Amino acid sequence: QMCIRDSINAEYGTKDFVNNMETAIGIKLKDAVLIAVNTDCFRSIVKLNDADKIKELDRTKILAAVGEHGDREAFCEYIQKNVSLYAIRNNLALSTQGAANFTRHELAHALRSGPYNVNLLLGGVDEDGPSLYFMDYLASLNKLNFAVHGYSSNFILSTLDKYYKEGLSVEEGFHLLRLCINELKKRFLVRNVAFLVKVVTVAGVSVTTLNVEDVQV
Amino acid sequence: VSTQSTGYKVGFWATCCNSLHILSPFTVMARRYDSRTTIFSPEGRLHQVEYAMEAISHAGAAIGILTNEGIVLAAEKMITSKLLEQGTSSEKMYKLDNHVACAVAGITADANILINYARLATQRFLFSYQFPMPVEQLVQQVCDLKQGYTQYGGQRPFGVSFLYAGWDKHDGFQLYQSDPSGNYGGWKATAIGKNNSNAQSILKQDFKEDMTLKDAQQLAVKVLSKVMESTTLSSEKLEFGVLTRQNNKTVFRSLTKKELDELIKSTTIENTDAK
Repeated sequence: QMCIRDSINAEYGTKDFVNNMETAIGIKLKDAVLIAVNTDCFRSIVKLNDADKIKELDRTKILAAVGEHGDREAFCEYIQKNVSLYAIRNNLALSTQGAANFTRHELAHALRSGPYNVNLLLGGVDEDGPSLYFMDYLASLNKLNFAVHGYSSNFILSTLDKYYKEGLSVEEGFHLLRLCINELKKRFLVRNVAFLVKVVTVAGVSVTTLNVEDVQV
Repeated sequence: VSTQSTGYKVGFWATCCNSLHILSPFTVMARRYDSRTTIFSPEGRLHQVEYAMEAISHAGAAIGILTNEGIVLAAEKMITSKLLEQGTSSEKMYKLDNHVACAVAGITADANILINYARLATQRFLFSYQFPMPVEQLVQQVCDLKQGYTQYGGQRPFGVSFLYAGWDKHDGFQLYQSDPSGNYGGWKATAIGKNNSNAQSILKQDFKEDMTLKDAQQLAVKVLSKVMESTTLSSEKLEFGVLTRQNNKTVFRSLTKKELDELIKSTTIENTDAK
């Protein structure tokens, strides 16, 4: 039973539609942004167990992507290099807003010729504070407090709606994340082994691996 | 002199010097190397670029002064005939985006091309990044275009110098000057066009770091009056533009005739008082 979007993709015969089985969760905290993505990556009968789907664009920005593996790697690296080029050329880093809109623009530019089948979450901290941007493979862009990609969003968004508050600390953010993963553990068809979590603050990016079987709430 | 030259001819100087039987500032050898933009002279100069700057030195003066409250751009309008319909369009000042404006000295037709290019650049940037283009980046883009015409294509350089006045979040108020070579610099106060060296030296003397916008406007009037050909200064011959921040927005405004008249009056009064 596919959702309408998938059936449209199959109909138009897109090369490999965004399969939605992967999960990406983004939560905006008080002075940081937390993004967690599952570490499995599969296509046909082959599976990778330790994929890092979150690219660090610079010290204070991260870009998480789910979707077709090749597009994900190529697109994220392309964005990362362009963000870097801007900073070197102009002696000034891009703001999160600038980076997000640039990314969306690139998606939109490619959409009618060779689209990138990736759904993205961009999180960053700059002088305007922490921001989380949600982008999908059709080049939409939204600035949100929390966001989820994939079928798991059907479960997790309710949890986040109920328990999210403005100004959460990093520990509270992790607790909220564990609540979400617990929901998936209980009800989601796909069994995720682990999540890679990256938290970006003014000081930089911290990386943690969260094993799903250790999540007890 | 090669007849296939597409650039500026040394005609005027050559004629003068020939008739007066003196050496021109450009050596005779220069003539052979000045018709192509894309080659150096034996002395290591790009003559077409220099001739372009010479053309600009015949154009109406433009001055820019930077203060903490904003930037003043002042220009002399070259009114060739009373029959000219002045209207609302400007010949010296142009808005490039909501937060950047420029003053022009040189060949108006060339300037129009570059201004259109600059405006496209600002909007392209805004379209992609969704924040206003930093002023220095815009200046660099225009200058890179100008530089291209000094190195390849076989086309003459643009005969225009610009004064860019703008505000951005990172560097605040900024004033830049660019010339046909594609070089640019950031300035506190500068002048381009006719008698710009005179104007520059007056600015150097009288510019103060913490001037108010009002002071800067009066200084601009003073400098222009000393540098313009006509003895009497009137608002018809001037164009004044002021770039300021109001309510968290950058505003570029041309002064009205009335404001200009008042400004000229107040400046001359102060000068006579000082005497």
